[in-house]
Amino acid sequence: MIPIDLPTIWAFIIAFAVFVYVVMDGFDLGLGILFPLFPKKADRDVIMNSVAPVWDGNETWLVLGGGGLMAAFPLAYAVLMPALYTPMIVMLLGLVFRGVAFEFRWRTQSERNKWDLAFAGGSLLATLAQGIALGAILQGIQVSGRHYAGGWWDWLTPFSILTGISLVVGYALLGATWLVMKTEGELRDRAYHLSWVLLIAMLGAIGMVSIATPFLNVQYTQRWFTWPNIVLTAPVPIAVAGVTVLLLRSLTNKYDYQPFFLTLALFALSYAGLGISMYPYIVPQSITIWQAASPANSQLFMLFGVAILIPLILGYTAWAYWVFRGKVRADHGYH
Amino acid sequence: MFEGWDAVVLARAQFAFTMSFHIVFPAFSIGLASYLAVLEALWLWTGREVYINLFNYWLKIFAVAFGMGVVSGIVMSYQFGTNWAAFSDKTGPVIGPLMAYEVLTAFFLEAGFLGVMLFGLDRVGPRLHFFATLMVAVGTLISAFWILSANSWMQTPAGHAVNEAGQFIAADWFKVIFNPSFPYRLVHMVLAAYLTTALVVGAVGAWHLLRDQHLAGPRVMFSMAMWMATIVAPIQILAGDQHGLNTLEHQPVKIMAMEGHYESHKDGAPLYLFGWPNQAAGKMDYAVAVPKLGSLILKHSLDAPMAGLDTVPRENWPPVPITFWSFRIMVGMGLLMMGLGLLSLLMRFRGALYQSRLLHLFAVAMAPSGFIAVLAGWITTETGRQPFTVYGLLRTVDAASPLAAPAVASSLIAFIIVYFVVFTAGVIYLLRLMAQPPHHGEQGPDSHVPARAAGITPAAATVAEGALR
Ligand code: HDD
Ligand code: HEM
Ligand code: HEM
Repeated sequence: MIPIDLPTIWAFIIAFAVFVYVVMDGFDLGLGILFPLFPKKADRDVIMNSVAPVWDGNETWLVLGGGGLMAAFPLAYAVLMPALYTPMIVMLLGLVFRGVAFEFRWRTQSERNKWDLAFAGGSLLATLAQGIALGAILQGIQVSGRHYAGGWWDWLTPFSILTGISLVVGYALLGATWLVMKTEGELRDRAYHLSWVLLIAMLGAIGMVSIATPFLNVQYTQRWFTWPNIVLTAPVPIAVAGVTVLLLRSLTNKYDYQPFFLTLALFALSYAGLGISMYPYIVPQSITIWQAASPANSQLFMLFGVAILIPLILGYTAWAYWVFRGKVRADHGYH
Repeated sequence: MFEGWDAVVLARAQFAFTMSFHIVFPAFSIGLASYLAVLEALWLWTGREVYINLFNYWLKIFAVAFGMGVVSGIVMSYQFGTNWAAFSDKTGPVIGPLMAYEVLTAFFLEAGFLGVMLFGLDRVGPRLHFFATLMVAVGTLISAFWILSANSWMQTPAGHAVNEAGQFIAADWFKVIFNPSFPYRLVHMVLAAYLTTALVVGAVGAWHLLRDQHLAGPRVMFSMAMWMATIVAPIQILAGDQHGLNTLEHQPVKIMAMEGHYESHKDGAPLYLFGWPNQAAGKMDYAVAVPKLGSLILKHSLDAPMAGLDTVPRENWPPVPITFWSFRIMVGMGLLMMGLGLLSLLMRFRGALYQSRLLHLFAVAMAPSGFIAVLAGWITTETGRQPFTVYGLLRTVDAASPLAAPAVASSLIAFIIVYFVVFTAGVIYLLRLMAQPPHHGEQGPDSHVPARAAGITPAAATVAEGALR
């Protein structure tokens, strides 16, 4: 029997939590990014209402990602967070603004525009910060002993700005295709139009990040382009091409559901590519998942909880989405 | 700018600031979630309209407060890493799992059912909706369980060992979770949350009764809140006393600071009612003391000797003035709450519960007392633990991140500005909601969510509508 390798299991669990976060909060933040493009109050109400019942659950995956990292890989959490200090704080403040906007904008007439701005600005800042953080991790972090050893501006490079902008484009595309799925009429038509533009931008972004990443570090190049790895890595770009074709077709045919789920597939593939680049490092080039891991009894203790609770959580989350399924309309129910 | 500042002091200030903002909202929403569950249960049971009106009234308030609790809480969970990296590395294996369990068992539960609770009554029907409300309420309590377990472990660590890398690891999870101060802290905090909510509900009820004694909603909420104050305030004082005895056993230095006992007392320590702790000179100035009462309360004997801070090396002293005064503020609030409870009981027996202006004014004035007591209590607990983050084992200075002071200073300023802007607005919206009395046919927050044809179970929807009438 192969001995169970807890750190690998936990690396997958954390990766899963972060991915679910990207899937769930991605479209949610994307709606905020697109908000300024929909100036009409009725449209904005519909957009807000399409996520109001679920946004809190979506964001909880971020808490699981962070909390899980601290519990399962405390060393990585302790090195990454100070290294990403500024983007993290900016992300948190952005999330504060957009989170409260969900409730506040219904509680005031005169200041509604301000909270709409908070929703849009907060979403944009949080997304940009997440993308920059990702780029900063990929390009490598200075470590000495068990501490972060770099300066407090190290995260800011052309590459991290590229990943930041790419994530903004990607979340906006998720948001646009979500609107295609959840709305109707003129609003939906505009969402289609936006999806086209954003899809092209997203493909450009994926291309640029893919080209830039191997230049960051020889390890990434070797990982992707040497035999026999290439047998495993080559399918990723091929699948990206395939999904893109399907996505273009679904937009042309004005399908309701396909654009959103195919965009998610695009995200999943990019994410898999990221995993291929990083594994088994959790802090690239310096700390592996085994070095960062909590002792086995901590990881095991949590594994019980995860094994039982994650399916349960997915179950009742799915139920909540089911309760609020279908198109959101503006035509009635307002005071 | 800020080059000469101490990054650790700034990080502590930031943690204290963000935490103090955060705790205000959970203290309110833990109690309110349970109150909402009770109101909905009463509505389902009796079918009386006043209960569903009150439910919808407080549900709107809950939605706003809960949102603020969530966003300020997400900040907390990342601050461990950004500002207390060394702490995270060392204690992650022990308290990380406790917080991970909090996310898995509590936060998801609350968040998953929150949408249905806020917007779903007409979509799922009253019974399933009540279940959702119940899950949210249970979620808030489970959340308190885990986070207080984590905090209590930092106060009274138990069941752990240390590995080669210098990390704390769990030797016995049961002992870690149920560490010596945890049961006391859990009881005290949950009661605090219930009291805090009851005093706000009572104050809102009283405010409207002052203007019109015949309003059905305010009468019901005022009476319910006053029962809570009457019954729970004395229990809380008892729980606090037991908590203090537990602290004396496990963190005696904290008690010395709370009591202002710089000097040891061989035969019976006094109880300082007031005074000015003089940290530099190590003595209490302008003391107003009751002789021997300190020993009576803490040791149940007039002449029991009690050691003071003069037996503790100075580098291990907590900041006595803060601890001493915040403790007195909390106890003062507790006594006032008991006073309110007793007065309301008296008026109830005289049949003047809804008429006594004195009682109503008192209740309105007590609206913030729960928040004040909660903040004062936490400040007592946390400053009394200094200079340690994990009591006796990990010093605060050794827990911080290797950060430049300007980085921490800028983020602290950003937090202060953003929190004041955002939470001031939130509090204003809350007060505006509370300024209206609950009325006939009160709508929940779902009134702004477009109802859809799809997804409504017709039978349940009719029941809901029927019951609403
Ligand atoms: C699970 C952990 C936890 C919990 C539930 C709390 N704290 Fe805390 N607190 C800490 C973990 C912590 C900490 C990370 O351990 C700090 C940072 C530095 C330190 O020594 O302890 C701290 C410091 C700290 C300080 C600074 C003390 C000083 O520098 O003298 C204050 C005023 C508070 N906290 C206030 C609070 C309040 C109002 C809380 C209400 C809920 C609270 N804490 C809960
Ligand atoms: C430093 C310690 C703390 C951290 C890191 C923390 C973290 C968090 C986080 C991340 C959330 C948002 C969860 C979501 O997305 O729904 C939250 C909300 C909450 N927290 Fe805290 N918290 C702390 C202290 C406390 C304490 C001391 C209590 C109460 C005893 C508490 C009770 C709650 C509750 C009930 C909520 C739900 C939201 C609300 O009721 O407003 N937390 N907390
Ligand atoms: C009047 C009687 C009270 C007494 C004797 C009392 C006693 C105590 C003691 C000894 C502590 C510190 C425990 C430690 O750090 O080890 C504490 C903490 C605390 N108190 Fe009180 N308390 C009283 C009233 C209240 C009231 C009325 C509230 C709120 C409504 C409250 C809320 C808190 C909170 C939130 C804490 C921090 C968490 C904890 O350690 O439990 N207390 N109290």
